[in-house]
Amino acid sequence: MRLYILKRIAETIPVFLIIVSAVFFMVRFVPGGPFDKERTVSKETLERVNAYYGLDKPLYEQYFAFLKNLAKGELGPSYKYPGWNVGEILKEKAAVSLQLGAAALAIALIAGMSAGVAAAAFPKGKLGAILSFFSILGVCLPSFVLGPLLILLFSIKLGCFNAMGWNSPGDIILPSITLALFYSAWIARLARGGIMREKLRPYVKTAYAKGLSPARVYLVHILRNGLEPVISYLGPAAAGLLTGSFVVETIFQVPGLGKFFISSALDNDYTMIMGCVMLYAAFIIFFNLISDIVLAAINPKIAKEMTKK
Amino acid sequence: MSQEISEIANPSALGGAWRKLRADPFAFACLIFISAMAALCFLAPIAAPYSYDAQDLALSASPPSTSHWLGTDQLGRDILSRILYGGRISFAVGIMATLVAIAIGACYGMISGMAGGKTDSAMMRIVDILYSMPFTIFVILLMVAFGRSLWLIFVAIGAVEWLTMARITRAMTLDVKSRQFVDASISLGQSKFGIMRLHILPNVMESVLVCATLTMPSVMLLEAFLSFLGLGVQAPLPSWGSLVKDGAEYMEDAPWLLIFPSLFFVSALYALNKIGETLSGGED
Repeated sequence: MRLYILKRIAETIPVFLIIVSAVFFMVRFVPGGPFDKERTVSKETLERVNAYYGLDKPLYEQYFAFLKNLAKGELGPSYKYPGWNVGEILKEKAAVSLQLGAAALAIALIAGMSAGVAAAAFPKGKLGAILSFFSILGVCLPSFVLGPLLILLFSIKLGCFNAMGWNSPGDIILPSITLALFYSAWIARLARGGIMREKLRPYVKTAYAKGLSPARVYLVHILRNGLEPVISYLGPAAAGLLTGSFVVETIFQVPGLGKFFISSALDNDYTMIMGCVMLYAAFIIFFNLISDIVLAAINPKIAKEMTKK
Repeated sequence: MSQEISEIANPSALGGAWRKLRADPFAFACLIFISAMAALCFLAPIAAPYSYDAQDLALSASPPSTSHWLGTDQLGRDILSRILYGGRISFAVGIMATLVAIAIGACYGMISGMAGGKTDSAMMRIVDILYSMPFTIFVILLMVAFGRSLWLIFVAIGAVEWLTMARITRAMTLDVKSRQFVDASISLGQSKFGIMRLHILPNVMESVLVCATLTMPSVMLLEAFLSFLGLGVQAPLPSWGSLVKDGAEYMEDAPWLLIFPSLFFVSALYALNKIGETLSGGED
């Protein structure tokens, strides 16, 4: 197990480097630099600005300089927001996106798990049919449809919440529900499928035969294995909740990372793009790592298989 | 000889899918619904009452009426026509990008499964690692970088969605490979490529078909997501994502601009998902 965790952690470093390097070269192959759009600047000034930021050097030199700074933990200055460091801006924006993502993840887990477990407990009859209808619908109702509809209903018609902005504590409710719906529907489906499969296994029959109560069989025996698909989905889900916030932040005018990432991509603000991508990549890799380790803890076979070679 | 064997081992993929859909009336209704909708959208130049960019500024944003069944937008353009033209883009992206995903994923999965051993585990490890990549970010950067060409959307989305296809095809390949009729074929001197073409391919077809029906809605979702962010197809050409986005801007005064495109989009996705779920044997 310890070997598995070490191996799994060691794997994250090359993955991170591949993502970061791919994006580094991708943004630089885009025609136009960060300062080209400011027309009032003369050619000499432009050259001097580019030289100041090291943008006139050959690409490979820029790349190694970037890696060296990265190792020191420096992300460099922003090109579009003079006087600000990328790190400072990210800290402020990421805090907002993290709150939103955490609230949405909590909603998705609670709603999705209870719907999935209930659907698996009563697979036949009305409740099962209703839950199954909603679990497909939830996957088909994208955030950019649901968000505006919720605003239309709750803010414009009923006036319960602010339509947009990020000022009062209630402002987190609509965006986090919007963000969570898709994931709660998916989690419900995975939980239901996993539990239904597990119910048919012989060990469940054995547990009943031993005279254990149905509640104990369900909670201790079935759920532990039945929720495996949900746990392995949590890594990608956490990643999706962070990147999915692009749309939700645009709809609800939330001053978070997602909205900011797109505007800096459109502006060719190299250091800012890199900062955002690294932050996203770090989150995604981290959550995948955690969900893999939890899976291995539940099911020792996984760890054995990977460390066998 | 091997031709005959493969035919015995290959119950038609399409026939099996058809029987499953006929068995479930609701899923069959979904199939008819989505086919009709796709046909209407592709025939938009004939079927739509107006052109997608025909403006009638005197009307501006008017609610549904007898001349404009679903109302008009702020430039007086007919919403029904714009939805049909938008659907053309959405379905085209859905089909093309799914084909790209099948082409990459099925080939990759079959090769990996056929190769077996170290090559196989290395190839699948790559898929595992790619699963953890922030692809939405790559697609966004690609669209920002190279403009909003429709072909780029096909390829970029297809290149993201092939991973699940590769996993499923590989699992099926391993399964088919261990069957006796494959051993028989090998003993008759069939080459590896021949085995793949005659035995593996026909037998993985059904799983690929199921996976494709589930890939299509997620591709259409991704396209709409890009359009919503302003990174998809360009105005004045509508797509379902951009229609929803425009509708959201005017929803306070003209809610029909938001509601009708959303209705079309969500019901199309629902039908596709329901079909895919029925084909894959339901949730159980």
